[in-house]
Amino acid sequence: MINFSLPPTDSFKALQAAARERILLLDGAMGTMIQTLNMTEEDFTAQGHIHGPGCRHHHSDHPQKGNNDLLVLTQPQAVEDIQLKFALAGADILETNTFSSTTIAQADYGLEGAVHDLNVAGAQVARRAADRAQAADGKPRYVAGAVGPTNRTASISPDVNDPGYRAVTFDDLRTAYGQQIDGLIEGGSDLILIETIFDTLNAKAAIFAALESFAKVGKRLPIMISGTITDASGRTLSGQTPTAFWHSVRHARPFTVGLNCALGADAMRPHLTELSGVADTLICAYPNAGLPNAFGQYDETPDQTAALVEVFAKEGLINVAGGCCGTTPEHIAAIADHVAGYAPRKIKELADA
Amino acid sequence: MREPLLRLSGLEPFVLTRDIPFVNVGERTNVTGSAKFRKLITNRDYATALDVARDQVENGAQIIDVNMDEGLIDSKQAMIDFLNLVAAEPDIARVPVMIDSSKWEVIEAGLKCVQGKPVVNSISLKEGEENFIEQASLCLAYGAAVVVMAFDESGQADSYERKIEICERAYKVLTEKVGFPPEDIIFDPNVFAVATGIEEHDNYGVDFIRATEWIRKNLPHCHVSGGVSNLSFSFRGNEPVREAMHAVFLYHAIKVGMDMGIVNAGQLAVYDQIDPELREACEDVVLNRTPANGGNATENLLDVAERYRGQGGAKGREKDLTWREWPVEKRLEHALVNGITEYVDEDTEAARLAAEKPLDVIEGPLMAGMNVVGDLFGAGKMFLPQVVKSARVMKQAVAVLLPYMEAEKEGQRESAGRILMATVKGDVHDIGKNIVGVVLACNNYEIIDLGVMVPPQKILEEAKAHNVDIIGLSGLITPSLDEMVHLATELEREGFDVPLLIGGATTSKVHTAVKISPQYKKSQAIYVTDASRAVGVVSSLLSKTQKPGYIEGIRTEYSEVAERHERAERAKQRLPLAAARANAMKIDWTDYAVAAPRFTGPKVIEGWDLAEIARYIDWTPFFRTWELKGVYPRILEDEKYGEAARNLFSDAQAMLQQIIGEAWFKPRAVVGFWPANRVGDDIRLYTDDSRDTALDTFFTLRQQTSKRKDSPNLALADFVAPEGTPDWVGGFVVTAGPEEIAIAEGYEKRGDDYGSIMVKALADRFAEAMAEMMHERVRKEHWGYGADERFAPEELIGEPYRGIRPAPGYPAQPDHTEKVTLFKLLDAEANTGVELTESMAMWPGSSVSGLYIGHPDAYYFGVAKVERDQVEDYAARKGMAVEEVERWLAPVLNYRPGDAATEIAAE
Repeated sequence: MINFSLPPTDSFKALQAAARERILLLDGAMGTMIQTLNMTEEDFTAQGHIHGPGCRHHHSDHPQKGNNDLLVLTQPQAVEDIQLKFALAGADILETNTFSSTTIAQADYGLEGAVHDLNVAGAQVARRAADRAQAADGKPRYVAGAVGPTNRTASISPDVNDPGYRAVTFDDLRTAYGQQIDGLIEGGSDLILIETIFDTLNAKAAIFAALESFAKVGKRLPIMISGTITDASGRTLSGQTPTAFWHSVRHARPFTVGLNCALGADAMRPHLTELSGVADTLICAYPNAGLPNAFGQYDETPDQTAALVEVFAKEGLINVAGGCCGTTPEHIAAIADHVAGYAPRKIKELADA
Repeated sequence: MREPLLRLSGLEPFVLTRDIPFVNVGERTNVTGSAKFRKLITNRDYATALDVARDQVENGAQIIDVNMDEGLIDSKQAMIDFLNLVAAEPDIARVPVMIDSSKWEVIEAGLKCVQGKPVVNSISLKEGEENFIEQASLCLAYGAAVVVMAFDESGQADSYERKIEICERAYKVLTEKVGFPPEDIIFDPNVFAVATGIEEHDNYGVDFIRATEWIRKNLPHCHVSGGVSNLSFSFRGNEPVREAMHAVFLYHAIKVGMDMGIVNAGQLAVYDQIDPELREACEDVVLNRTPANGGNATENLLDVAERYRGQGGAKGREKDLTWREWPVEKRLEHALVNGITEYVDEDTEAARLAAEKPLDVIEGPLMAGMNVVGDLFGAGKMFLPQVVKSARVMKQAVAVLLPYMEAEKEGQRESAGRILMATVKGDVHDIGKNIVGVVLACNNYEIIDLGVMVPPQKILEEAKAHNVDIIGLSGLITPSLDEMVHLATELEREGFDVPLLIGGATTSKVHTAVKISPQYKKSQAIYVTDASRAVGVVSSLLSKTQKPGYIEGIRTEYSEVAERHERAERAKQRLPLAAARANAMKIDWTDYAVAAPRFTGPKVIEGWDLAEIARYIDWTPFFRTWELKGVYPRILEDEKYGEAARNLFSDAQAMLQQIIGEAWFKPRAVVGFWPANRVGDDIRLYTDDSRDTALDTFFTLRQQTSKRKDSPNLALADFVAPEGTPDWVGGFVVTAGPEEIAIAEGYEKRGDDYGSIMVKALADRFAEAMAEMMHERVRKEHWGYGADERFAPEELIGEPYRGIRPAPGYPAQPDHTEKVTLFKLLDAEANTGVELTESMAMWPGSSVSGLYIGHPDAYYFGVAKVERDQVEDYAARKGMAVEEVERWLAPVLNYRPGDAATEIAAE
């Protein structure tokens, strides 16, 4: 049963202590880094040999090219190397390459059966990169188990003629997220990062699942929650304002709440300001390297992105910064450089904080 | 330190700050509290049920209570269905929901449907502490605040002592054992009925108020709520007295800390405005005082209450709705002019009850209202998008009356006239036709819409069968012009004598006057510029007195137009083909080199992102579709159209977000490149870069107008390098997909023509935006000659880039049949699902195709009229019969086709 009095993990306490001292760094984009490797179908499937931990074999009739999450099983070294580069560039927190590792998102690739292995391996790969970086420079690194939004929405009907219809339910999501989070914890994640939230009901199912998973291991991991605001109206895809979004997820008592992806740092600033003004917890921001161009590529240079993120730090809006689509290790290094001189945001004092 | 506050959310946040003395929780969406709502839910009339919710929010409810506890329905499913529907209505979903049920499974099902932070109403210690802890933990895990009833294992608390004892215990369990935030706890210490005649009930009001005071003082940060209507249960049927009792009770309870209540936000008397005698009688009852006259408080109130029985309550006097107090005719007019659908059902019903027969409502107030709309539209004080919204109101009103009219067998009301409308054979475009249909329907004309791609035979049959007064034809592509001429001939032959209206993008007054009008002498073909003119034209044609003069006027005008046109055409010297060729554009190809495209042959382009496409939308034509003339974005600030444009644009943006968010469209695209060289006036394509084997040919037409010095007689082939210099051409077909058709039909079925036209207009914009975006990707990537290009999407509208994408059927190549070659080369039907109709229109309509020509000097031009010599030469090159070429090129022929003898005779 869900229990709100579980003791926090040691990493949780260490992260809280570190966050009091400085702005922490999250890593950059895995997806756009993988794209630059130009991997083929054979690379994605390791010539058809998809093996999980314990040599469990997975098979699917679907083409796997583009199934980035699968690379933690088939090209683990490539993923680890990217994560290591981010860590050495200055990232304190490394995201696992598990954005789409739920049965719901993997259904597109016919790999629902592999989700447990994907999450365990995803966490293990990131852990190895974290440990290597820590061995190299002595600075502790943390692994954030990445939980994506899936490709379905629980509060929007995909059928315009039947607005009451739902392609996925809270319970479907809760089950799928539960499997994912169990695997992420088993593989050694320090945090759970629920990210790129476009429908808050999906995120609430992920929070519910995380609380259930924590109850199973008897410990409370830090949760990071990150919404995405993709249009000029300043709302999530499911229609919530940043403050309404915060009210909807505050019960998770998250380590951080924030925004990622979307239209780049500049467009994110007003929404981040709003969130920072209402949330009585740490704030995390990891924007894209600007807007994608017509080829879906991101043009902002490391210095451009970092200068924009620096504004967040200067205005005292953030505690954790990183990058989303299009950001490279060079971007993270530049962001680390630009925010280093600023104090982390102070949480507004609330009686119950 | 700030005090922790209750923070809830729907789409928007709600914080119970100190500035808010009292939160209204709307109770009309509660089946136990509202007989009307119960009936709607049991009949599964969710559309009206949503209106009830919307009304509440508009009336100021800051939270809406949803309760489906009714024995005859599946409460759990009803809760799920209703909350899912509410989620799709932003004007309701903006406020938080109170999920209200006595059954935990219904509550839990509801919690799984809301993305905001709701309130659960309610949990309690009734089933013991363990159960209470479990449910409270789940509420917290789902992210909800809770109402806790003052109820424990031994029952509901009625006295002051029991109320505070249970609330204190529950508070301790929640804050100490569950970890529930105290600011998210709302106690309901039970409002019970007073003035029941039973002495033990007399102190219930006082007990509640005292308990409230104690709770707010002793249990930090929590809140107090209650179901206020219970209080006046014994005065059912006497609304003024009930409202007064509620107002008095709230006045006292709020003073001591009750900060939330389930009340009908639209029906609440103002404490100060209650008749003093009634107020005092109520106060005696609520506060359990002895009346000043020494009698019994309850009996005293019963006496006073008698005088108020039968008077309406506050209903109908809601704030900011002064127009609701106007006579029903004016209310209907107001709703029609302002496009407000909320009250039209009740107003129509009121008008029907007052009328002798339902038809009188249509012919009386509704038509009067639409006449006002028509006048304002005619005077330029209303614009098309607003008129289409008015039509939606009209349709809804008529729908209310229809069952009664059928019952009274007066279904065939007197319409002002019956008009058949159709998009002609081979053409799929119907936005303009639909707009005209809506505008005419608003003016009480009966519209028989045959849809798109309607064969002439069907138009003739339906016109006869319905005995129509006017036939309206629409078409967008040039072959449709010929179809219209053909139909005019058929009407003449079949002996019709009803006027024929011509409209659509390629039609014109000149074409109508020169080509169509002469074929139909029994009546008259009339070109209609746009929807705003349609009503004037139609009413003139259907008025017995005006018609003869009007038609006579048109005839005179058209014969002048035709004559002027003939003179102008004769004056325009056409060059013989050989002379035109001699004056072809001469590009210096000696040092010309262009990069080879990345691939040869067709390639399907996938992964279209609707949000990305939307960035490429050119909005100016969108406004033109709605007859708002001006350039975006300036039109939004336009003195005349600005307001209408802004409203239209915001509706469009809202739908655009839905289109993107819910992935309404499934765009598809194919692009191809081939090694190519100019051969004469044509573009020859080769199978590969060796250029040994010809693959196919794009034939092009040359301008034959006589040009001033230095100005060449262009053909598209001129922009392609001759043999010996490697060059390439490309081709593409993009489509927003066929989904818009079903979506638009869905809107139509719901009587929402505005939505239907909107989705089509947006689909059309998406297709054009895709073409622009694809062209950019071709220049920068697939062909790559413009890899360094840096233009923002909105800059592309001015075509600042290198190269063109001419489409067959448009001025630079008026021959639509070139699309057949293009489609074959791209295997476009299989690759994109786009098909060519018999008139070479693309289906679905929201599709764009064209060639890519990359030379920096290439530009768009119009071929204009061509002579017989070129047509014969072109037919021979293309291997097509001259007659067939003439048929496809009919709109651009500079001569009358037929045998030479006829031509001589004609001249």
